[in-house]
Amino acid sequence: MKFTTLLASAALALGLAGGAMAQDPTKVGFVYVGPVGDGGWTYEHDQGRLAVEAEFGDAVETVFVENVAEGPDAERVMTQMALDGADLIFTTSFGFMDPTINVASKFPDVKFEHATGYKRADNVSTYSARFYEGRAVQGHIAGKMTESNIIGYIASFPIPEVIRGINSAYLHAAKVNPDVEFKIIWVYTWFDPAKEADAAKALIDQGADVVLQHTDSTAPQAAAQEAGDVMTFGQASDMAQYAPFPRVSSIIDNWAPYYIERTRAVMDGTWESVDTWDGIPTGMVEIGEITDAVPAEVKAEAEAMIEAMRTGEYHPFTGPINKQDGSAWLAEGDVADDGTLAGMNFYIEGVDGEIPQ
Amino acid sequence: MDLSSINPILLIAAMIAAATPILLAAIGELVVERAGVLNLGVEGMMITGAVCGFIIAVNTGSPTVGFIAAAVGGAVLSLLFAFLTQVALANQVASGLALTLFGLGLSSLMGQSYVGIKPPRADPTPLGPLADIPVIGPILFGHDMMVYIGLGIVAATWAVLKFTRAGLVLRAVGENHDAAHALGYKVKRIRTLAILFGGACAGLGGAYISLIRVPQWTEGMTAGVGWIALALVVFASWKPWRVLLGAYLFGGITQLQLNLQGAGVAIPVEYLAMSPYVVTIIVLVILSADKSRAPGSLGRTFHASG
Repeated sequence: MKFTTLLASAALALGLAGGAMAQDPTKVGFVYVGPVGDGGWTYEHDQGRLAVEAEFGDAVETVFVENVAEGPDAERVMTQMALDGADLIFTTSFGFMDPTINVASKFPDVKFEHATGYKRADNVSTYSARFYEGRAVQGHIAGKMTESNIIGYIASFPIPEVIRGINSAYLHAAKVNPDVEFKIIWVYTWFDPAKEADAAKALIDQGADVVLQHTDSTAPQAAAQEAGDVMTFGQASDMAQYAPFPRVSSIIDNWAPYYIERTRAVMDGTWESVDTWDGIPTGMVEIGEITDAVPAEVKAEAEAMIEAMRTGEYHPFTGPINKQDGSAWLAEGDVADDGTLAGMNFYIEGVDGEIPQ
Repeated sequence: MDLSSINPILLIAAMIAAATPILLAAIGELVVERAGVLNLGVEGMMITGAVCGFIIAVNTGSPTVGFIAAAVGGAVLSLLFAFLTQVALANQVASGLALTLFGLGLSSLMGQSYVGIKPPRADPTPLGPLADIPVIGPILFGHDMMVYIGLGIVAATWAVLKFTRAGLVLRAVGENHDAAHALGYKVKRIRTLAILFGGACAGLGGAYISLIRVPQWTEGMTAGVGWIALALVVFASWKPWRVLLGAYLFGGITQLQLNLQGAGVAIPVEYLAMSPYVVTIIVLVILSADKSRAPGSLGRTFHASG
């Protein structure tokens, strides 16, 4: 992995040497937490990068570094990018939040955009997608489809983003199937195919016939396929190579329009620090094809829910909802506010287990 | 908390499968170190084996051919290490680290067009009615071929090192290469062969991950297993059966902690996550109280001076 970083740095240096002669294109950098070939999260961000290149052609130059660890290494990579003349840098993982803020304070003229974080500055925007909208749809399908009433959930890190996803999926699964039970395994990684496969197998061995994941590889799909009768959903990316079964639908992150818009803002000088949190209505979250493995009526219900969210009629967190300890959170008809959602650190009533602290 | 949801039979079967890549890589490294060479490139050889095995298995449709290719791929990469350390007399630690970096880069280059492809599936070994025996059937007889081959390699390594002349010569080279040289043994040739064996085993371990455990190709998918294998050799005090024990412990507790989490056991997840490392180290440290020590010439460069 270090080797690819090295190669990318070399490519960066070369690019700089070559670029200096041309008429100075806008340089856009991307810092990725996984490999572009992960088939999930990082893959979709890289599709966004390619869309920026396709949109602006020679007027932009993009660079990326993949497999950047969430820690001091990230700061080094970002600093290097800024020193090499990047005008705009997208850092695409929650753990890059503090490094992004640190580096941004040293380079006030460089614009930074951090995905899924909550810390901003004059030259740091944040952006994220409302994945919980997609998880509501998957939860609905999962609750309808499970026969063992045990749904496995591979969770990455105990951050609001992931907890929100668990709550949203559970809420909608339990709504259509009150007997449903969630088994949650925390793997403490965004991307480790072997660990994700092991976690999926452990869940399947314990009777789960639907496995949801908040990690980036397709290893759980492969494990489900081997088990034969276990259903999964694509996460971050369509993962269509496992359709029509075990992958019966997916949540797709579509970053391309956002990346194009923000790059254009830098090019024409209108860039400002903003906080963007978009979902199904703007297309930042898409639901991949619901396959025929799902009965037509369930598919229709799911599509109706998608449509209701698109038009703004329905919010996945609509009361009455209690917290895990039984205390009231949302009253009948109330809708969760973004602040609470963004900092969500509790399970809702019915979810078993404790959130690791 | 619901421990009854853990099926012990499936758990033990999963443990055995999870231990196999570590076991294969570690037993190869054990032979290398017993010959007096410290090859830190295990991770690089594993990932190269993983990608070679994957590419060949996809193109031929045969997992078996894939595994053979993985062994060859790992061995070919280790040849680079052999050249650096045995011919060019480079520092072994630096060469090993370089081998890991090179292997990671090379494998991601080779695997570029294989992302998202599904490999052919390896069937469980056809052991007929044995697999239907209650309880021990699924545990002992329901695995794919590589699990048994891994066990066979451990047994063979132990027997060769302990009982044969070749094993004695290999150990002599590792203990004192000058003395072995004075007795007329070809130190470099023997070490090169040991390095090749280590590379082949690491390659098999890598392919087990890309063809059976995960089955798919993604960059960096060995995710540090090679480093665990390296540590395991030291903690197992260079003894084959302890490597087996350590690998099973590590693989087993890794599986167990995932299952405990699924069952909702109220132990903080962080403790569960570190438990495989802690338990494996503790057990092997206790076992190594017998004052076994590293081969005398481990890590030292041999240069025939006379």
